[in-house]
Amino acid sequence: MITDTIAAISTSTMSNAGIGIVRISGDEAISIADKIFVSNTPNKTLKNVKSHTINYGKIVENGKYIDEVLVSVMKAPNTYTKEDIVEINCHGGILVVQKILSLVIESGARIAEPGEFTKRAFLNGRMDLSQAEAVMELIHSKNEFALKSSMSSLRGDFSNKINEIREQVINNIAYIEAALDDPEHISLEGFLEELGENVDKYIQTVEKLLATADNGRILKEGISTVILGKPNAGKSSLLNALSGVERAIVTDIEGTTRDTLEEQINLDGIVLNLIDTAGIRETQDIVEKIGVQKAKDYAQTADLIIYVVDASTKLDDNDLEIIDIIKDKKTIVLLNKSDLEAKITMEDIKEHINCKTVSISAKNLEGIDDLSDTIKKMFLKGEVSFDDEIYVANVRQKTSLQEALKSFKMVKTSIENCMPEDFLSIDLMNAYAELGKIVGQSVEEDLVNEIFSKFCMGK
Amino acid sequence: MSNVVENYDIVVVGAGHAGCEAALACARLGFETICFTVSVESIALMPCNPNIGGSSKGHLVRELDALGGEMGKNIDKTYIQSKMLNKSKGPAVHSLRAQADKSAYTLNMRRVMENTDHLTIRQAEVSEIIVNEGKITGVKTFSGATYNAKAVVLCTGTYLNARCVYGDVANYTGPNGLSAANHLTDSLIKNGVEMYRFKTGTPARVDKRSIDFSKMEEQFGDEEVVPFSFTTKKEDLQREQVSCWLTYTNEETHKIIKANLDRSPLYSGDIKGTGPRYCPSIEDKVVRFSDKPKHQVFVEPEGLYTNEMYLGGMSSSLPEDVQYAMYRTVPGLENVKIVRNAYAIEYDCINPVQLKSSLEFKNIKGLFSGGQFNGSSGYEEAAVQGLVAGINAAMYIKGEEPLVLDRSEAYIGVLIDDLVTKENFEPYRMMTSRAEYRLILRQDNADLRLTKYGHKVGLISDERYEAVLDKERQISKEVERLENTPIGANQKVQALLEACNSTPLKTGTTLAELIKRPELSYEMLKEIDANREELAEDVIEQVNINLKYDGYISRQLKQVEHFKKLEQKIIPEDIDYDKVGNLRAEALQKLKKFRPRSIGQASRISGVSPADISVLLVYLSIK
Repeated sequence: MITDTIAAISTSTMSNAGIGIVRISGDEAISIADKIFVSNTPNKTLKNVKSHTINYGKIVENGKYIDEVLVSVMKAPNTYTKEDIVEINCHGGILVVQKILSLVIESGARIAEPGEFTKRAFLNGRMDLSQAEAVMELIHSKNEFALKSSMSSLRGDFSNKINEIREQVINNIAYIEAALDDPEHISLEGFLEELGENVDKYIQTVEKLLATADNGRILKEGISTVILGKPNAGKSSLLNALSGVERAIVTDIEGTTRDTLEEQINLDGIVLNLIDTAGIRETQDIVEKIGVQKAKDYAQTADLIIYVVDASTKLDDNDLEIIDIIKDKKTIVLLNKSDLEAKITMEDIKEHINCKTVSISAKNLEGIDDLSDTIKKMFLKGEVSFDDEIYVANVRQKTSLQEALKSFKMVKTSIENCMPEDFLSIDLMNAYAELGKIVGQSVEEDLVNEIFSKFCMGK
Repeated sequence: MSNVVENYDIVVVGAGHAGCEAALACARLGFETICFTVSVESIALMPCNPNIGGSSKGHLVRELDALGGEMGKNIDKTYIQSKMLNKSKGPAVHSLRAQADKSAYTLNMRRVMENTDHLTIRQAEVSEIIVNEGKITGVKTFSGATYNAKAVVLCTGTYLNARCVYGDVANYTGPNGLSAANHLTDSLIKNGVEMYRFKTGTPARVDKRSIDFSKMEEQFGDEEVVPFSFTTKKEDLQREQVSCWLTYTNEETHKIIKANLDRSPLYSGDIKGTGPRYCPSIEDKVVRFSDKPKHQVFVEPEGLYTNEMYLGGMSSSLPEDVQYAMYRTVPGLENVKIVRNAYAIEYDCINPVQLKSSLEFKNIKGLFSGGQFNGSSGYEEAAVQGLVAGINAAMYIKGEEPLVLDRSEAYIGVLIDDLVTKENFEPYRMMTSRAEYRLILRQDNADLRLTKYGHKVGLISDERYEAVLDKERQISKEVERLENTPIGANQKVQALLEACNSTPLKTGTTLAELIKRPELSYEMLKEIDANREELAEDVIEQVNINLKYDGYISRQLKQVEHFKKLEQKIIPEDIDYDKVGNLRAEALQKLKKFRPRSIGQASRISGVSPADISVLLVYLSIK
């Protein structure tokens, strides 16, 4: 039953300088690679090279140079998946790796599900039965994680726009379908004109979103770094200080919530996605309580936690609560307000929790460089990392946008060709489903529910 | 104590639209079949609207006909008005709907039933199912008689613990005052069947002589009527038709309804069953769509030999006096006399996820069910399930594979798949939007899609099947010929194109390409198609559709190909999901409850993620 060809980024895609590998597996792997690969030897194609060879050349898009690459060609059955495998080793940084994956997808491959290479290896008999359990476990955990991370990392403004279009599209479809189901009660007179105008708007919006996607900016890429601390420990000044160190703030992200503030900063190529949270303390105030809960939730999914301690006051119950939350997480403890008289020492902290500590004064910008160095070291040693599934998710989301765009354009063409309305709703539904994939919504009973809630059906 | 004991192959409980199809299929396949009904007069009764077909329901009837069912033939014999709906839309949503002469419909079906070999009709209330070690062995009637059988098909419609209500009046009867069946539910529950309580409703029937038709719009049937059954000749079908009438409610109507809502059992909480959203009562419409100043009312004849008229669009369970008051605000109904009150009906049915796609109970071997008992609504939905349940009861006894149509093959497949894989909390109605491959599932090609299955199970004759194969050959031959017939930009061609308001040719093309132009058709190109042979109308229709919508159709065919792959991965019935491991908790619980037939079906269960499907695939490959 496995016949299609899959592709994914197969190496860790951490820093902007790293080498990345795009791996393709399946019957079409070699022919797909040939579509975008140009060898430095004239007339050489991957189809004609020997198995298990490495080939030098470049990746091009419509004749335009993208990157210089080494391409490994491994023919079935002596490969990991027992299918033809092509690996494109490129070195132009993450955006280029993503770009190449996009090209591979546009040339006919499908993005691999998490764990799918391994699954294929198993299904094609590459592994023995005792490994099956492990494969299932892998698929299970990778998917859970991928789903969570790709959804939570979607930019708020981006998903808002998608949801907005989806809502309108489903309403358009419901109108058409209600009329088809109950032609004697509901008429479509004059609706096509309105629909044509709507679809123009959808096309414009999706094109804009695609442009954003091309810059790799759909997702909040980077190490998800949550700043925790009691109220007034200096979290916000830290955020400002860190932002100030590096002028290269990539984006200001409007959070999906009002009570957390997010900013992206770039420490010599390492992207941090900083999330400032409400101060954690026992409180009866309902709004504040929600904020505190949110801070705790963020801490659970964070790649790295920066715990800001006000060194000028003693540790209290609220601090102990925070320590309890973070004890299993990668954490840097910041002893802030080093400009004031210290009531807490690094040793006090280490009694409670084993982690790196840095002393700073966010207010006077002292110690900020130490913090940067600490983070960089942790990253380079691999002590903190983040889920590179995000990059694949980004390409996946872009693919969905392109599919949605294609469908909208087909609706336009169909309207121009005077196709009957029932054809229009088919393409509209495809667009709706594709947009849904981006925001993690499946179609299910949406249409039927929309029809019943918005249109008065007869009998 | 001795009592009657009889032996049959198959027992069918109920003789409504599902029961009739089930019983006829079983008997026609040669099995000794007994069909129970609470009243022989109510065989194939139409207790609600006086029509068969309609959007997507018309598709169901044609599919049923291609499989060897009776409903299409019966409505062809007894229709008094017929229309093809959505004719201005694409061919996929064209749908036949006919007004029936209700009593003629009932009588004709009764005649067919009574004259079918191997079929016994028995008036009695079935009160118990007899189950031995997870296997059905027969039924008992309320009078104490035992009927042993190898398979049983339950088609109890709206009769189980039925209760008809309007205002504060409640009658413990089935529709039209017929006896309810008050004992079977208990027996089902004892055997572990999960029951639901649903509700539906019907408008008043009124005296034609009390209506002023001059205040209404007349609605005619089509001039040329298309048959439902592929076996009915078009020329035999044309007859004089009667009209329906259209009028509207108004602010005054709505005011009366709103003022009396507290007297409606739906709003007072007296009715607990779940009603359908798609055919709301008039009080529901007025409340939910309060911005609409008027609602349509279709006044339709119930038959040729009665003055009773059906008030489509105004079903209600308001008290009698309010019914009079509201109906009399409608133009043309100022002096209307009610013959039968509108009422709501509550009844017991099952949660259909307990069924396999064959409509056999997962936990009781040999027990099948169809129709409103399965939580659907509508005569047509009932009939197709009855047919499938009947066929599969027969296949079960024969020890053969059940007939399971998938979502890409038939609306019937969509309907049954939805029933058994989706949690439904209201009576399920077919809609074209539920069919994801509807461009392929057209009413015009139901014979091409399904006759082979009807033939395979034994309900369609060799002769009829051969004719369909021949039709298929003619279609593909003609399409191929058109694709390979070059057309040059000569004067004759340009003149024809111009006459048809079509852009003249710049270079040569083929006839097929010309037919694809929206403004042209096969028929219009006759003059420039010298080698054309005389073809039947239905062949030409297929040629036209196949060429015109080629792009869309081939796209859907591609999707179908992908869909089929997962559909054909059958999950063993004895799978132990607890042993799979690594399924998410929700998925595990759902899979254990639904026990899907295939990986494809599993993927449609809400709460089962793609990752769970991957895990399942890996697990199955170990087995």
